[in-house]
Amino acid sequence: MALHRRRFDTLILGAGGAGLNAALQLADSGLRVAVVSKVFPIRSHTVAAQGGVNAALGNVLPDSWHWHMFDTVKGSDYLGDQDAIELMCREAIPTVYELEHHGVPFSRLVDGKIYQRAFGGQSQNFGGDQAARTCAAADRTGHAILHTLYQQNVRAKTHFFDEHFAVDLVRDQEGFTLGALVLDIASGEPLLIESKTTLIATGGCGQVFRTTSNARINTGDGMAMALRAGVPLQDMEFFQFHPTGIAGKGMLITEGGRGEGGYLINKDSERFMERYAPHAKDLASRDVVSRAIVTEVREGRGCGPRGDHVLLKLDHLGEEVIAKRLPGIRDSSRIFAGVDPVQEPVPVFPTAHYLMGGIPTDRHGRVVVPVGHGAEEALPGLYAAGECACASVHGANRLGGNSLLDILVFGRLAGKDVIRHIQENPYHRSMDEEGVEQALSRLRRWGQRGEGPSVRELGDELRKVMEDHAGVFRTEAVMSEGVARVKEIRARLPDARLRDHSKTFNTARIEALELENLVDVGMSIILSALHRKESRGAHSRPDHPQRDDVHWLKHSLCFRQGDTMDYKPVRTRPLTVQGFPPKERVY
Amino acid sequence: MRPDGETPMKLSVYRFNPEADQAPHMVTFEVEVWRGMMLRDALMAIQAQDESFAFRHSCGEGVCGSDGVNVNGRNHLACITPIAELKEPVEVRPLPGRPVIRDLVVDMEQFYRQYKRVEPWLVRKEPFPEHELTQTPEERDRLDGLYECILCACCSTACPSFWWNPDQFLGPQALLTAYRFLADSRDQGRDQRLDALDGPYRLFRCHTIMNCMESCPKGLNPTRAIGHIKALMVKESV
Repeated sequence: MALHRRRFDTLILGAGGAGLNAALQLADSGLRVAVVSKVFPIRSHTVAAQGGVNAALGNVLPDSWHWHMFDTVKGSDYLGDQDAIELMCREAIPTVYELEHHGVPFSRLVDGKIYQRAFGGQSQNFGGDQAARTCAAADRTGHAILHTLYQQNVRAKTHFFDEHFAVDLVRDQEGFTLGALVLDIASGEPLLIESKTTLIATGGCGQVFRTTSNARINTGDGMAMALRAGVPLQDMEFFQFHPTGIAGKGMLITEGGRGEGGYLINKDSERFMERYAPHAKDLASRDVVSRAIVTEVREGRGCGPRGDHVLLKLDHLGEEVIAKRLPGIRDSSRIFAGVDPVQEPVPVFPTAHYLMGGIPTDRHGRVVVPVGHGAEEALPGLYAAGECACASVHGANRLGGNSLLDILVFGRLAGKDVIRHIQENPYHRSMDEEGVEQALSRLRRWGQRGEGPSVRELGDELRKVMEDHAGVFRTEAVMSEGVARVKEIRARLPDARLRDHSKTFNTARIEALELENLVDVGMSIILSALHRKESRGAHSRPDHPQRDDVHWLKHSLCFRQGDTMDYKPVRTRPLTVQGFPPKERVY
Repeated sequence: MRPDGETPMKLSVYRFNPEADQAPHMVTFEVEVWRGMMLRDALMAIQAQDESFAFRHSCGEGVCGSDGVNVNGRNHLACITPIAELKEPVEVRPLPGRPVIRDLVVDMEQFYRQYKRVEPWLVRKEPFPEHELTQTPEERDRLDGLYECILCACCSTACPSFWWNPDQFLGPQALLTAYRFLADSRDQGRDQRLDALDGPYRLFRCHTIMNCMESCPKGLNPTRAIGHIKALMVKESV
C-alpha cells in the first residue's frame, strides 16, 4: 500500500510548552503548521509543572534580568552558555507578559499584578538577599500555561496530529531535514510529513530511571532521533534529581513548598539544611539539597522504619496558605503519601526529574554540530527546543522555575527563526526516498515474530541499572559497571519481540519504539557521566569531589556511532554585559 | 477496605480488538495488590501479563487526564483511584457513550470538538498594555474551580444528555470551559459567548442530573458553572 503523505510549511514534533509556543508564533504568521504529538496536546508533561516560571518582573521584591542571569550562571555551576542565559533572562519578561495576555490564569497580588514566589537559588543584587522571581498559578503553573497555549493554537488553526508517534526524521544526502515519518497510533498506519523545517520539541527522558517525577511518555524520543541522525547529545551527564519527590513513589512536591516557607527535617527533627547551606538553607540549589538529603539518609539520620527518607514540614504555614498556594501538592500528598500536609510532614526523597543536557542548539534553536576544531554549524532545517534541547542555559544544574522559562523562550525564538528560514528557503526540497525507507525499516523491525526477550523485561532492567549506576552520587567503578550493563541490554535489544502484532492502538508497539529510544539516551547519560572526572552541579563524584575548571569547563558531546565523546568550549561571553567568571559556589 | 497481603485481586476488564474480536467481552485477570496501589498500577499489572491490553495513561498523578475509565458503573481517573477503595468484584470498562477504539481506549473526537466549539481562549478587543493585564485577587478567585479541568471526559461521558445528543449538547466539560472564560475579568467576549450558547440544545439540554459533579476526579462542579451561565443569560436579557 502506498505511504500516505502530507505537506506543511513547518513540522513540530511534540506539543508541550516549547512545541506549542513555537507553533503559535508560526501559525499566527500565516504558515501551515503541523504539530505531531503522541498524546492529546494537553496531556504533554508540561502540564505537570507546578511551581512557576521565572521572570524578573519585580512585582513582589526588587528584581532585574541581570540578577536573574547571575543566579542562573551560578546555578549552572558556570557550565551554562552566558550568551544564551542573558538572552533567556531578558526575554523572560516579555514572554511572561505575552502568556498572561494569552489568558494564563496567574495568581494575583493585591495590586492586581502577577503573583511571584521565592524559589531556590534566587537572589537580589548578585548573591544578596532572597528574590521572589517565580510567577505562579497556584501550584498548577504548567497546567495553566499548557492549556492556554493549546487554546491559542486552536484559535490560530494549527494543524494537530494527535496520538501520532514520531518514528524518525527524514534527511537527504546533503544533510537537509525534509520532515519525519510518523505513526498514527489509532490506525497503526505510517504517515510521511514533508516540511521545510522540523522542530524537535519532544521533552525529557526521565523514564530511563525507575523512580522519577516524569510521565510515562517522557522517553527521550526526539533525542534518540537526533542521535540516529548522527547528531551528538550535549552534557547528558547532568541529570537533575529533584530533592522532594514523594518517598518511594517519585511524584513531585514543588520547590514552591519550601518557597512558601516549608523546610526539611531529619529523624532528630533537625532542620539539617542549615548545616549544608547556612545562608540559603532549604532554598539552596536543587543539586545541593538532593545531596544533603541522600547524605542524611546514608549517615543514618533518615526517617521512617527503614530510615530511607526525610520529612518536608509544611503544617506551620497554616491551612489557608496551603489551600491557596499549594492545593495541588496537598492533593498529591493525601493520595500518594496518605498524609495531609496541613497536619503532618510529607515523606520525601530525591527523584529523577530533569535533563539539563540534550540536542545541542544555538540560541535561535538551530541544531548545531561540530565541524573540525571547535567550530560548529547549524544543520539546515533542523531545530530543537525545550527539555530535549540544550541551548545551554542550565549547564550543570537547573534552577527551579527556569524550565518553563527555557521551553517558552526558546520555543518562541525557534519559531521566529523558522519564519526567517522559510523566507530564505521558500520551497520544499525533493523527498529522499532512501531516507524514507530507512525510517520505515525501524517500524518493520517490530513486525518480526518468534521468541525473544520482552520489551517490558528489558525496559525494567534498564531503569534499574540507570537508577543504581547513574544516581545522585557516582563513582568510576559503579558507572563502569553501569556502562557494561547498558551495553549488554543494547546487545539483547535486536532479539526482543512483540507478542501483539495488531495495528489498532497497539500500545506495546509504541513502548517497543520508546525502549529503543531510552536505551540510546540512557547510554549517552551514563557514558558522558563516566568520562567527566570532576564534580560539577548535578554530577557528583566522590572519587573526584572538586570542580575542575582547568580541565572540565567544557561541554560534553556524546555520539551514538562508536559511543564516542567529544568536547566543546563553554560560551563565557554574554551578549551585552560582562561575563561572570567561575567562582566557588556557596549558598 | 482490603487488608494488606490478602489473596490477589480479581479485575474484570473490557476487551475489544476490532481486528480479532466479533464483539466486546469481559476478561478476568488476577493481580497482586500492595499498599498504596492505584487502579492504574493494576491496569499496568494486567498489561504485564498481556501486552495486547490497551489503555491510555501518562503522568500517574492526576494532572494529564489520560486515564479516565468506568469502574463498577462510575467514572474514575485510574491513577488517583486507590484499589483498596473499590468494591469487589471490580469491573473496568471504557468511558460510556463513546465509540471504542480498542479495549479501554475510546474515541474522544466528539468530546474535543465540543470543547473547541466554545472558543476556549481569551478574547480581547483593546490593545494590550506593555505589562500584564491586572486582575484583583477576588477576580482571580472566580476562576478557581474552573481552570483546573484536565479534559479527562469523566464528566461528559457520565452525562445522559451528552449520551443522547453528543453533537448538539456541548456537555458539562465544554460548558465548564465556556464559563471559565465568561468568569474571567480580562475577557471581552461576553456577548458573543452568550449568543453562541443560546438555543434549545447547546446549554439548555442540561437537566441538572449532576452526574458530572459526582464523577469529576478533580472535585470540580460543572453543574454550578452551567447554573451561572443560565443566570448570566437571564441577566443579559432583562
